[in-house]
Parts: sequence; structure tokens; C-alpha cells
Amino acid sequence: MSIFRSIKKLGPDMKFEPIREGFGKGLVSAGKVNSQVVAACADLTDSTKMGLFKAEFPDRFFEIGVAEQNLVTVGSGLAAMGKIPFVSSYAAFSPGRNWEQIRTTICLNDRPVKIVGSHAGVSVGPDGATHQMLEDIALMRVLPNMVVIVPCDSLQAEKATLAMANDKRPNYLRLAREATAVITNEQTPFEIGKSYVYREGRDLTIFACGSLVYESLVAAEVLESEGISVEVVNVATIKPLDQKTILSSVSKTRLVITAEEAQINGGLGGAISELLSEHLPTRMHRIGMQDRFGESGEASELIKHFHLDSGSIVASAKELLAQ
Amino acid sequence: MSLYIENLKLKADSIRQDIIKMLEHAGSGHSAGPLGLTDIFTALYFNVLKHDPKNPDWDERDILLLSNGHCVPVRYATMAHAGYFDTKELMTLRQLGSRLQGHPERLRLPGLENTSGPLGCGLSQAAGMSLAMRLDKIKDRYIYVVMGDGETDEGNIWEAAMLASKYKLSNIIAILDRNNIQIDGPTEEVMPLENVVAKWQSFGWKVLETDGNNIEEVINALNFAKSIENSPVILIAHTIPGKGVDFMENDYHWHGTPPNAQQAKIALKELRTLRGKIRSESE
Repeated sequence: MSIFRSIKKLGPDMKFEPIREGFGKGLVSAGKVNSQVVAACADLTDSTKMGLFKAEFPDRFFEIGVAEQNLVTVGSGLAAMGKIPFVSSYAAFSPGRNWEQIRTTICLNDRPVKIVGSHAGVSVGPDGATHQMLEDIALMRVLPNMVVIVPCDSLQAEKATLAMANDKRPNYLRLAREATAVITNEQTPFEIGKSYVYREGRDLTIFACGSLVYESLVAAEVLESEGISVEVVNVATIKPLDQKTILSSVSKTRLVITAEEAQINGGLGGAISELLSEHLPTRMHRIGMQDRFGESGEASELIKHFHLDSGSIVASAKELLAQ
Repeated sequence: MSLYIENLKLKADSIRQDIIKMLEHAGSGHSAGPLGLTDIFTALYFNVLKHDPKNPDWDERDILLLSNGHCVPVRYATMAHAGYFDTKELMTLRQLGSRLQGHPERLRLPGLENTSGPLGCGLSQAAGMSLAMRLDKIKDRYIYVVMGDGETDEGNIWEAAMLASKYKLSNIIAILDRNNIQIDGPTEEVMPLENVVAKWQSFGWKVLETDGNNIEEVINALNFAKSIENSPVILIAHTIPGKGVDFMENDYHWHGTPPNAQQAKIALKELRTLRGKIRSESE
């Protein structure tokens, strides 16, 4: 049986790196390839890792200050003049605070601004609920013309950033603060709009995004040792959704779990539910934030507390199989 | 007064008549703002702007951003008179399938520079455009932003004002339509804006003032604004909302209301006769 096709083997020697780190590196690479790439930040340059670009291309970086509405509308103006603007802040503030500006001046106005929301999810940790953005996927997913990308690790974030610089549409890139296992390698493919089967299985499909792809792969290993064959799909692009890959996996396993560090309503769980209810009604569990806010704590504690860890995914799978 | 300016005044009068006809035909839309802004738009499209109606995407053109999108009827009517499209199309305003959406959509109509309606975004977009032009070492293009006074209740405006000042974006020329009304009433009752001049000055802007219904003054002020270096400029244009139609002037109830057939007839007669100064041939 083919396992871990094109990604790394899980193990104690895995490297952990924040997903946002990959964005920082990718942006510098994109800036070197294309002089039209510019960047703007709302007073969080180092923590969103945009500082790497600023150091390399100081003239092409704009400090906007604590003004997220201005951040994205300035981005719209930069794009109007042919620039490829990446605009970053914490996801709680952008797209948390400036949704209407994104809707009107970027999506309806069709300007290819690249909105980068860092520190998404409960794994922001001690900062607490105000800073743990959980609704960004839902907010961005409902906007016509918008592309929503949630990379599973640092390396994928780097590839996604390069791909975004070449994409003509408005894009949203979701990043996280905590160090996350690097599960992909240089050869692992990434293309906007594609979902990837990272592990094949027969009994159940887990559709995951972001850091929960790793948790899902760990859960799949545990389940396999108990004789349950699990397919794990990385839905790295939530919009547009890779319907073909998703439907083909579900038509084989006919049982689904979704896993995300976001509200299940409107997020990845919402997106998969919508697709399946129309094309292939399937029993499913949605793992994620169950219509509630987070709270302060260490990232690893919170992931367990809110039942987003591999153990919770294992339990959920067993429950679903027993029904 | 020069013949040239007299002709522009007649042009503005024709544009006002089209605004009345469009709004009456559409049955909804904003009357006061577009009529108040007509002299400014006439000055812009027939004198100040570097533009080419036959080549709306000309890459050396000046940019005109309409931030208060609800005033778009004046832009449509002026564009039609300037040759962007046939004036007959003005009667499609707000209809299904029309290029003339109730609020402007850039992708629908060549020559619009932005999609607007939700207020407060034009100045930020101008700032982004200006920063991009600076990177590309473009020096001879100006970005004009028309904003409403009530619109400056929006925090987004002041975020943009700080940024434009920080980066000394001197090719931005904002035009504030100071007509003292907004939907809920007089601006100074809804949300006091004064001291407008001191506010903008304290944000690092060069502030000019003009009678926004005097075409010659508007042209002179905008040409002077172009010569100012090292800071963005705002022209506070004092206008009369509903200008040119007696029963609409200075009445905030006309902010978001179109004339009905009877009101349109009265308004058109008033405009056609230049307030009784000449006889109308079509009576």
C-alpha cells in the first residue's frame, strides 16, 4: 500500500517551523523574480515575517501603521498601477476588521491584492480569544473572485507565496504563529486550486488544512495500527475547491472528517459539507471550533482543549465508524 | 468673463439637465450631490484632467477617483458630454444590464477608475496609486479624489490622510465637496466636521478653499494645487447641494431622492431658461 506519497515520513527527527516563516522566505523569492512585487504591513512587520522582504527591498515596502482598513485599500491602489501587493497583518485584524474594503475595492473592483493573515487559529495561544482568528476562512470564502489558501507547513507557505505572485486574482493566505511540523519536501507539488492526497486509505477520508494536516496524518497512523485505513487529503486551497479530488476520495471511502483550526461553520467543514450535500451526501464529522471562541493557554494545551489534536481526530474517526 | 468660461457654464447647465432626466427616469438615486458637483466635474473633464475619451486606459492619463460613489450620475453625465459614450445611454442608469450601475463599477464602464459606494476608500486607493507611481518614477500624472464632506466621518479617510502626509504624496489632489448636508441632516448636527481647514492642516495637508460652483475659481484652484510640492493637497470646495434647481438647493431631503415627473419638469425648465434669464425653445 502506498503511504506518504510525496511527503516526508513522520518521525522524531521532523523539523518544526512556523508556517509564517515560509511566507517570509517566499516573499523575498517572489520579490527577486518580479520587481512588481511590493509589500505593506500594519505595524506587525517582524511577526508576520514581512521584515525579510523589507530588509531586502526597503523601497518596495510600505509601513501603513495600525490601520488595517487603509492597508487593504492602499493595496487596491497599488494593484491598480500594476503592482503585485502583499499586505499583511494578524488575521484577526486583516481580514477581521476590513472585510468591506476587501469586498468593494479588491473583489468587486477585481484588483489582485494578496492579503496575508498571520497568527490565525487558537494556536496563537496566550494572547487569547481576541487574537485567535477563527472566522477568516469563512469571511474570505464567501467573496466572489477571492482565492483562499491555507498551507499546511512552512515549505508549502513558501511555494504558495510564489504561486500567489503569479496569480491574477485577489488571494487570501492564512498563516499561523506556532512552529508546525514540516511534512512536505521540495518535491511535494503545490498548485493553487489543488487538493492533495497525502495518504491513501479505504475506510474514511480526512480533509484537513493548515497545521491540522499534520495532526490528521498522525491520527491516520494510529488508526492504521488498529486496522482502520484512513485517507488524508490536504485541502490547501479552500477556494476554489478541488471538487474532483474531493469527490473521488469520498466516492471511495464514503465517510468523512474535516479538520481545521477555524470555525466549522463556513470554514473548511462548511465548504466540504456544501459540496458533498449537493453531489455526494455523506456522513461526516467536522473537527474545528464548534461555534465558540478560544481562550488563553499554550498552543499545545489549546489544541487538546478544543479537541483539535490527533487524539481527538482518532476518537472522532472511531465514533463515526461505529455509528 | 471669458467666452471660454461662459461656454463651460452652458456645458454644466446641459449636464445638470441630463442629471435630472437620468434620475427621474431611473426613479431612484441621489440628486443634491451630483447637481452640487456639476461645476467641479465640468472643470475637471473639460479643462483640468489629462485624459482621452477615445482611449480611457491611456497610460499617461490623470486619475479621477470618485470616492463618494453615490454622486456618480454627475460623472456619467459629464463623461457622456466629454465623449466617452453617447448621451442616450444615460437613460439606462440603474437598469438591469446597464453599464451605468447605481454606484460605479469600474469593470462595467471604461473610464471609471474605481468601484465605490461604501464610503471612505478613495483616498487610500489614491495613496496606493501614488506610491506605485513613485516607484515607477512617474512624475507628471495627478490623482484627483472627489470626496463628500459627510464621507469624512469615516475613519478610513483619516488613516489615508496620515499615510499620504507621511509619504508626502504631492500628486494627490483631494476635492472635498463641502455642501454641509448628509442623509440624516446638516453635517454639523449629524457629526460636526469643523474646523475642516484646521483638521486637514493638522494632518499635514496643504489646504485650499474655493467656491465649488464657480468654474473659473475651481480651475484656478486646481491648477494652483498641481504646483504644490512636498505635501498632498485638499481643495475644500464650498458647494450648494442641489445647485441650479431652486427647490432642491440646500435641502438635505434631496440627498438621496430623485425628482418625480412633475418636479423634473419644473427643474428642467429652470435649468433650460437659466433661471428665467432666457426663453426656452421647447416650452
